[in-house]
Amino acid sequence: MLPEKPYIEDTIVACATGAGIGGINVIRVSGIDTEKIAKKIIGDLPSPRIATYKKFRNKKNEIIDMGLIIFFPSPNSFTGESVVEFHSHGGPLLGELLIDEIVGLGARRAEPGEFSKRAFLNNKIDLIQAEALADLISCVTKKSARAAVQSLSGTFSELIFELNTKLMNLRLFVEAAIDFPEEEIDFLSDQELIKNIELCQGLFKSTLDGATSGEILRNGIQVAIVGPPNAGKSSLFNHLAKSDKAIVTNIPGTTRDILKISIDIDGLPVIFYDTAGIRDNPDEIEAEGIRRTKKLLETIDIAILMNDITMNPSENIEILPSELACLQVNNKIDLIKNKSEISDEDGKINISVKSNIGIDELLLRVKKLSNYEFSGDGAFSARTRHIRALEKSYDHFLLGKEHLLTHKAGELFAEELRIASEALGEITGKLSSDELLGKIFSEFCIGK
Amino acid sequence: MEQNNTYDVIIIGGGHAGTEAASAATRAGSKVLLITQKLSAIGEMSCNPAIGGIGKGHLTKEIDALGGIMARAIDQAGIHFRVLNASKGPAVRATRAQADRTLYKTAVVALLKKEKNLSLLEETVDSLIIEKDIIIGVQTKKSGNFIAKSVVLTTGTFLAGKILFGDHSEEGGRIGDRPSNNLANNIRALSFKVGRLKTGTPPRLDKNSLDYKKMEKQPGDDPRPVFSFMGARAEHPKQLNCFITKTTKKTHQIISDALHMSPIYSGEIESVGPRYCPSIEDKIVRFANKESHQIFVEPEGIESNVIYPNGISTSLPREVQTEFVRSIIGFENAEITQFGYAIEYDFVDPRELRPSLETVKVSGLFFAGQINGTTGYEEAAAQGLIAGINAHRYSLSLDEWIPARQNSYMGVLVDDLTSRGVSEPYRMFTSRAEYRLLLREDNADQRMTPLGRELGLIDDYRWDIFNKKMDVVRKEQLRLESIFLSKEKLTSDDKIILGREYKKETDAATLLKRPEYNHDLVTSLSAVGPIDWNSCYFTDEQKEQIKSQLETRAKYSGYIKRQEREILKLEKNESLMLPRDIDYSRVHGLSNEAIQKLQDALPQSLGQASRIEGITPATLSLLLLYLKKNNKRIA
Repeated sequence: MLPEKPYIEDTIVACATGAGIGGINVIRVSGIDTEKIAKKIIGDLPSPRIATYKKFRNKKNEIIDMGLIIFFPSPNSFTGESVVEFHSHGGPLLGELLIDEIVGLGARRAEPGEFSKRAFLNNKIDLIQAEALADLISCVTKKSARAAVQSLSGTFSELIFELNTKLMNLRLFVEAAIDFPEEEIDFLSDQELIKNIELCQGLFKSTLDGATSGEILRNGIQVAIVGPPNAGKSSLFNHLAKSDKAIVTNIPGTTRDILKISIDIDGLPVIFYDTAGIRDNPDEIEAEGIRRTKKLLETIDIAILMNDITMNPSENIEILPSELACLQVNNKIDLIKNKSEISDEDGKINISVKSNIGIDELLLRVKKLSNYEFSGDGAFSARTRHIRALEKSYDHFLLGKEHLLTHKAGELFAEELRIASEALGEITGKLSSDELLGKIFSEFCIGK
Repeated sequence: MEQNNTYDVIIIGGGHAGTEAASAATRAGSKVLLITQKLSAIGEMSCNPAIGGIGKGHLTKEIDALGGIMARAIDQAGIHFRVLNASKGPAVRATRAQADRTLYKTAVVALLKKEKNLSLLEETVDSLIIEKDIIIGVQTKKSGNFIAKSVVLTTGTFLAGKILFGDHSEEGGRIGDRPSNNLANNIRALSFKVGRLKTGTPPRLDKNSLDYKKMEKQPGDDPRPVFSFMGARAEHPKQLNCFITKTTKKTHQIISDALHMSPIYSGEIESVGPRYCPSIEDKIVRFANKESHQIFVEPEGIESNVIYPNGISTSLPREVQTEFVRSIIGFENAEITQFGYAIEYDFVDPRELRPSLETVKVSGLFFAGQINGTTGYEEAAAQGLIAGINAHRYSLSLDEWIPARQNSYMGVLVDDLTSRGVSEPYRMFTSRAEYRLLLREDNADQRMTPLGRELGLIDDYRWDIFNKKMDVVRKEQLRLESIFLSKEKLTSDDKIILGREYKKETDAATLLKRPEYNHDLVTSLSAVGPIDWNSCYFTDEQKEQIKSQLETRAKYSGYIKRQEREILKLEKNESLMLPRDIDYSRVHGLSNEAIQKLQDALPQSLGQASRIEGITPATLSLLLLYLKKNNKRIA
């Protein structure tokens, strides 16, 4: 069960300010080794909660930046853990340098929403914030594939998946060699293995090259309003646009095309899409609209799933990719006379577009999600995380290769490949040992 | 109820799970009754006569480190010992031995008979006595009822067992033995989720009808490894050779032509068999392009005339078995002493169990072995030991003991079973263990013996030897770390021994890390000198263990530290328990897929949830948030 004392975990680091915006970056570090790491960078820690000007040094004791640092000892901090904030000079490069340095000292890059998660676990933020946090986390995907598709260009993610397949093939050989030593083939000395190692290495190189050059980042948070016909999607869209951008009627199935509008919520560019209502027996033109909606859903960041509270809930939720962050909204609560009938279901937002009820909370939730996305905490830093994961994977791959070729240490090769594969799994989703064994059995004729 | 019908723990079944359970519960201090249909079949090896192998050898050593019987028995019964993966590094090395079936049974029975608090009874259990979801005892066919605080059920393949070959099928738990149908009906009536699995055996051959000159000889290792940490080579009986031969094109033709007569391909058997132990029919169908399959020719014992041809398990009709066997190299005149068959049996979805192997439905009722969907003697024995110790602890109202996955293959086993369930008979592999470099055969005693001592499974004598051994290991490690070898200190002889010059000063422990040096070599340097045995008496086998310990620790030191760090992180999640009545559909943000998976598996802890396929760190975060939200003050 959850401990009463502060819930203190390993040390995480991320840029807490929006990427590339403003004159300074706030690099936030939280966790068990915060103090140790900060001392390595700035020497002695200043008094708690007092902004102090310091030189930031790397491992070689060279000055990499100068700026303010604030120390928040546990439990009086944002997360409840000991936190140090480095205010480094703006520009993505300097911030990244410092983060790399901190990672080198034993921290790891935070997952989306991780600071807030710790804050919540230590009673530092309230439930509404926590709901937004849950929205965000549910966006982190089963096969982070989605994040890869979102934040990286198509070619890059194709390369990653190809690499993942190659790496897995390699593991098949090695694991089969270890678990089935009495088979006729010695997988480890097989020429096939050497060929696969070379293939993998080549692919690692080209993927990393591709990742570090070229334009691979999109911009703007994409939000789609989806739901059954006549739930009030276009009304909401129009309300948001404060203009008659979409045709609004009460005949189900009128919005056949996808309309979009860019709205600025407190400085964050958010693109809303109005979509065709989804129902079971659409006519031909509607079917085309639904097809477009499905395609759109593959690329957006957040879905607002809208239902008419007076109707049965839509059974069409399954068209939403299961990993997509989804805000569930019940519209038309103005039609419910008896307010106690409005269920207060976990995470759902009750609104009435007509009577302007709940729209602000909805926007707040969208903004919270978007905010996370934009801060160093969120999916927009996914690119950096993916590249670091790729680099980590490559490093372990190379180490493993050396173990195999110079020391004939097959089990250490296997161990390094396991770590390499786990690192890549941060992008592509992890492979369980059962799946691995399954592939071995289908690939090789094994067993007495 | 009469006094002599009352026990602390009752074990049903005398196979590898049952005997290990009985031994553990008794050693821990319980008064135990073991009931089996046939006393003469206690410790029977129904399938291939071998113990150990990859993953399985690891389990056997862990059982031994907890004072179990399997390793002791095989040391007295092994007729052919080998270390598998000898060339691949200590973490994945595994001991394997062929057993003399009769000697093995004799050894198991002798070890059990030493226990004064253990009674053996030949009887058939017809049903379990349960009141208000609590076990009370068992009802037998002829001897009435027996009462106990806890019961361990180890039915093997006997629950509704059905033997099949060709178009023939008969009820049976093993060839020549009756199945336990009443008990099977009883289990189904208790609404446990029951499924069917199958396994197969090859035809057995007359030793004197084979031509060994045509086969490749496979002698045991020299020096021979021992299984038990207390074992000695002197215990080993006479050693025999194994042989390897191959199927021919003709074999494949005969089998292909007869496939329609196989119950598996004719649809008679629909249950799932193990993919890693396929029948010869399976191999030929699934890997049609392979021209030949190897067969291990294994003697069943010193006095036995029976050969176990490992690799041709089959359920083809008898005529076909004779025909295809005789098409194999060296088997041209083979006489079959017992035909191969497939056996189908009931198992209970192990997700019905707690990791202690107690059923969730019935308090005090434990399941171990094939009933839980596993295969293999070692897997069964490991579960038997866990169930046995927990049945003992249950009878005294003590906390359950759950081996941790980061500490043992036993932990991996029960965690995999109870959190993921099985889709085919579950067998241990080293690739199932995340912390493979830590979970080695050589350190099984360090991982388990202190736990075993706390559980009351380790006697004073063994505990004393273990501590002496660890003392020597620690001292020697410190000594090696403190000997710095500068150029000046190394004599010219030393340099010849090392075979190369060292520019930098290094310590002896660092030298030991190099793959080409072992402990004997490093201590043969005059600058280092021999190990101090602390004036303790150690057998040669124990000295070998100590040296290999030191080498392994040195060679893996970097990896061991890294895995230990990973484990620290893991343990946090293990300690966060998930309430069993949690309604996952109410957890905000979970995908339908995640909800389904969690509901199926009902994980006990966040750690268990993390190992369910398809459960992501994001899902875990959502669960953590939910726990926090709903339990503002959880102790």
